Amino acid sequence: MSQGWSPVSAGDGGSPGGKLGLDPALVRRARELARRAGEPVVELARSHTTVSVERAVLRLAGVSGADPDGIPWVNRLVDAVVADVGLAHGAALPVFDAMVREFGPPSGWSSDPGAAVTLLAQKAAAGSVRFRMPTGRAARSARAAARRAVGAGLRRIDRRRAERERLVRRYGDPPHRPWIYLIVATGDIYEDIPQAQAAARAGADVIAVIRSTGQSLLDYVPEGATREGFAGTYATQENFRLMRAALDEVSRELGRYVRLTNYASGLCMPEMAVLAGLERLDMMLNDSMYGILFRDINPIRTFVDQRFSRQVHARAGIIINTGEDNYLTTADAVADAHTVTVSQLLNEYFAHEAGLADWQLGLGHAFEIDPDLPESFRLELAHALLARELFPDAPLKWMPPTRYMTGDVFRGNLLDGFFNLAGVLTGQGILLVGMMTEAVATPWLSDRDIALQNVRYVMRAAGGLHEDFVPAPDGFIQRRAHTVLGEAVSLLERIVDQGLLTAIAEGTFGIMRRPADGGRGLDGVVARADGYYNPATELLEAQMAGARTGGGQS
Amino acid sequence: MTGGPVVRPYGDSTGDGMVQLSFTLPVPHDKRAEGAALQLAAKMGVDPATLVHARQIGDRFTFFVVYGRVNHLVDLSTVRVVERDFPLLSPKEINALIRRRLRRKLSVVGACIGTDAHTVGIDAILNVKGFAGEKGLEYYRELAVTNLGAQVSVPDLVAAARAARADAVLVSQVVTQRDAHLHNVREMSAAFREAMPADRRPLLVVGGPRFDETMAEELGVDRIFGRGTTPREVASYLVHRLVGSAAPGGDAAAARARVAG
Repeated sequence: MSQGWSPVSAGDGGSPGGKLGLDPALVRRARELARRAGEPVVELARSHTTVSVERAVLRLAGVSGADPDGIPWVNRLVDAVVADVGLAHGAALPVFDAMVREFGPPSGWSSDPGAAVTLLAQKAAAGSVRFRMPTGRAARSARAAARRAVGAGLRRIDRRRAERERLVRRYGDPPHRPWIYLIVATGDIYEDIPQAQAAARAGADVIAVIRSTGQSLLDYVPEGATREGFAGTYATQENFRLMRAALDEVSRELGRYVRLTNYASGLCMPEMAVLAGLERLDMMLNDSMYGILFRDINPIRTFVDQRFSRQVHARAGIIINTGEDNYLTTADAVADAHTVTVSQLLNEYFAHEAGLADWQLGLGHAFEIDPDLPESFRLELAHALLARELFPDAPLKWMPPTRYMTGDVFRGNLLDGFFNLAGVLTGQGILLVGMMTEAVATPWLSDRDIALQNVRYVMRAAGGLHEDFVPAPDGFIQRRAHTVLGEAVSLLERIVDQGLLTAIAEGTFGIMRRPADGGRGLDGVVARADGYYNPATELLEAQMAGARTGGGQS
Repeated sequence: MTGGPVVRPYGDSTGDGMVQLSFTLPVPHDKRAEGAALQLAAKMGVDPATLVHARQIGDRFTFFVVYGRVNHLVDLSTVRVVERDFPLLSPKEINALIRRRLRRKLSVVGACIGTDAHTVGIDAILNVKGFAGEKGLEYYRELAVTNLGAQVSVPDLVAAARAARADAVLVSQVVTQRDAHLHNVREMSAAFREAMPADRRPLLVVGGPRFDETMAEELGVDRIFGRGTTPREVASYLVHRLVGSAAPGGDAAAARARVAG
């Protein structure tokens, strides 16, 4: 899977400009500008922590479960640490200092640090433990104990990744590209399971369980198997486990590894990433700016959380899906096409910086041009091919029309057919199956069946058409792609000048204006003090540095 | 007995009553399943019904398409809908009326409330870009538009309306799972009633593809707009209610939604 995803670059004899004749110097310039725009934000992420990052660290150390009101023990624990000593030094030191004081040296509890640290969380919630910032020898032993416990959590993630690689070898990847990605969203995990299994049997390669509306704004991860949700099912560790087990069962039956997707977005991005790694999810929605733009989450909170979550995804071998398609639901898909390209370049920079490899970058884009516009399909092809050629080794997530789906299901099915055709023509990696009942209701069983027939027909009838599809030199499609890339470079220049946070505040992406000092979750952001300690970041970054010097995938 | 013209569906000739219908039954595809589909169609008044397509989905379901003649009639004189009860004005007329009669800008605050992140509706009405070839309310010189975007809480909306001295508040709701749109609108109208005396309260206007336009009173709002509403219609309504339109009989008291027929 580490080889290129692009049938386009494979089929064109390796000419440097590809099918679009893009100027390699301009492409390099675009990447360079994205790096310069992103660097100050990475610096911001390195110098801050958040309540959710610290909770994710403690989840890696093994804290699990929730109090009788459903508030996770990890929230109660971090709240207690915040009340006593704050988070500027991280939660690991005060927590593991308290562990040593409460339970004695680690040798006494290191066989099951998770149970011990969960017990500490319960005591902290009851007010029977106080936290302090250890110094000297106490600090050294707290550090060592924290590193050991968090290291054990990372090794659990490593084992799940190895398990996935083994299963993919045994059952195999889908025999076709793009992978067919289908959504399940009943609100009840026990309804989702048979629906997901049925979808896999009907041809889905990837199942995404949509989350309950509004979960992204919860500052905790709900616990246990859940049967109630609004337009989706709560993402919980237990729901992850149940669905992964169900898809393992159907993978065995079908002889093809069926992947599972959920969401690392919202206020609990880092914790979602940890839980996904622990339960062997295969893909996670993880966008650098979606939470800011569409959920009004504070920009700094988002960037700090995003960096940590992507470091965990990198370790877990998870493919991320970015959210550029969302911009086009509010902004115009033609006039603002270049904002998608800019966001893809930024997402790529942030992802590489966090240690993700190209094969893990499901960069998003969508088929959202007004179908009444003349040449709309040619414009779509130009945009889709531009993404393909800019990111030849990334899987690319191709999202179906939603904005101009009107409730006319017949026209919708036709539009979805054109969307599918654009997907195979331009060599997209992951195709989210469009529903002709988009804008009417959550998909019915029959809607999904009809939508899959549509995909199968197009893939069977025209699956290899990308080989023959070579846009005319200097023709409409090439010129359009050059225009969009040129506009993207100009916008990146402006962003570098004014700063990414200012650009976001001024509504550059998706029309939303989001100032850096506004939005939800700002009170959970803390500047790191000297001596801040986060064993997870230490271990994850040590591995990244090792991979770089070892000449592995960058 | 019947007061108006009576209609029935049209397939390819007047009065043939032909409809198409699709549905899924939780049975595998066999003769009995097809019989069950035809029986259902008959009970729905489709007689004679022809089963034109049946396809099994998974191992427990079958999808059917049925064509047939319905034996129902519709008397148009008994159809009740909310007709447009205000004159449709041009942007120029709207601006002129506000300038002449209000002598200040008319303040409009818009938002998607609750967890609904679909700004498509409110943006279609408010953004300059507009909808259906008509420019949005931001384009009107005499309207001061504040678009709060998505996922605005009701208290924030009330505060923003107060700060902007809103003459009208526009709320869009797309997500309808478990009637979230109805709950949200009731919460919103109650909050405005509580926060402001009746004579200072802004006009409350709600829009979305799944609203029943006749439910305004029940939801405590002044007006509901359904799918396909254009910015110009909304602007015309606002002017009609808030500054009075030039049309005869257009006084504010008569502007309560009238039911046709």
